[in-house]
Amino acid sequence: MFAIMKRVLSVVLFASVFSLANAAGAQEKNTPAHPRVSGPQFTLPESTDKCVHDSDYAKTGKCVRDTEFMRRNHMNLLKHKRDITMYKGIRSKHNSLQNCINCHVTKDDAGKAIKVSNSKHFCASCHEYVAVKLDCFECHRSTPDTPASTASIPKIPAHANLLASNSSEVKAMGTFLKGVAQ
Amino acid sequence: MSDVSLKEAYIDKTRRDFLKKAGAGVTTLALASGVTLMAYPEPALARKQEEMVDPSQRWGLLIDVNKCTEDCDACVTACSVENGWKLDGNPAVDAQWIRKLKIKNPRSGHEQTFPVMCQHCAKPPCVDVCPTGASFKRADGIVLVDKHICIGCRYCMMACPYKARSFVHEPLEEQKSHAPRGKGTVESCTLCVHRVDRGDKPACVEKCASDGHGALIFGDLNDDNSEISKRIATYATKQIRADLGLDTGVRYQNL
Ligand code: SF4
Ligand code: SF4
Repeated sequence: MFAIMKRVLSVVLFASVFSLANAAGAQEKNTPAHPRVSGPQFTLPESTDKCVHDSDYAKTGKCVRDTEFMRRNHMNLLKHKRDITMYKGIRSKHNSLQNCINCHVTKDDAGKAIKVSNSKHFCASCHEYVAVKLDCFECHRSTPDTPASTASIPKIPAHANLLASNSSEVKAMGTFLKGVAQ
Repeated sequence: MSDVSLKEAYIDKTRRDFLKKAGAGVTTLALASGVTLMAYPEPALARKQEEMVDPSQRWGLLIDVNKCTEDCDACVTACSVENGWKLDGNPAVDAQWIRKLKIKNPRSGHEQTFPVMCQHCAKPPCVDVCPTGASFKRADGIVLVDKHICIGCRYCMMACPYKARSFVHEPLEEQKSHAPRGKGTVESCTLCVHRVDRGDKPACVEKCASDGHGALIFGDLNDDNSEISKRIATYATKQIRADLGLDTGVRYQNL
């Protein structure tokens, strides 16, 4: 009897913790959860360390959480982030795989970032040791991206002729058209 | 009220709104030569990084076929550079994010070229057939493949009437960090979702404009004030295979 009571109590407790966590999440974003991202969501276990935010990486030299936490939970953080990015379009740097890669980059003697196919790669070094197959880099890039990725596309406002967004552009275009007309 | 009169009432309203706004928000510059230059305020695209996509928006493209020239492939190149796909000269397995098509009227010989990419259907057949839920439509109308759960069955490729999707056959390395793509998954035009999320226009749209063609317009189809909606309200535009009733997000003018 007592055992059953305990069981019921723990279920109730669990449920309330769960709904609390959900409510907090909803409040934080103040937007309805996407149906795909709702459902039994992963709740972060308590960390002994405070979460380090984007702006603090450089200052503290720390990862987003303490090492002990990250060793056990990095995949959960990444999975949570992947879903909110994919379905909700939230592309903040925090917990993003791209940010992990940019920070945990290992360089070879020539100063070039090494790929995950090399066992010295940050992710590979551990995953090879524990023999857990790493799937992320089938699609994702395992080295920091080159800044030139979009450099070749000049940033010119589209449809400048109709959408001149400030008065100097309008003036410039006016002068040009006057010239053409004369 | 019958369907037709409802529709007319709606069109009337949008026209009135358009005229009202044309009076208020538009900077008009009358030039000596009698040329009038109108400058619409740039629609605000940006939202905060931590905010969810706005479900009241629906992103779309309007392609003015008359402005698209035959020898130009700027949009295709821009897409390839931006998203890191390459053509290996093997059409059977090459990526098909965006293609230039050429159509010819057999009677008059009149030819037109224009780009075709994923049409970002409001009722996407690719999503209907996907057995895993990988193919999905985002709240703002952008149709994507969640490659984390795509099993590469390619049902969606078969279902898409626009042949807009392709399958990655070979292992890849050094992808763009903003455009993950890998062997065994299906991919298609993402409407440059990573750029849209930071308030930019898709790469093809920017390149077409910077090359001086301006054949592509990107914007919110749900916003009466956006340039794309204004154009659609003013000019006759088409959806390819409108008979399928998919309500595409990509529209064509002068086709
Ligand atoms: S054009 Fe094809 S891939 Fe794009 S949403 Fe429509 S059916 Fe899906
Ligand atoms: S290939 Fe992937 S996205 Fe396409 S239908 Fe199959 S599981 Fe869905």
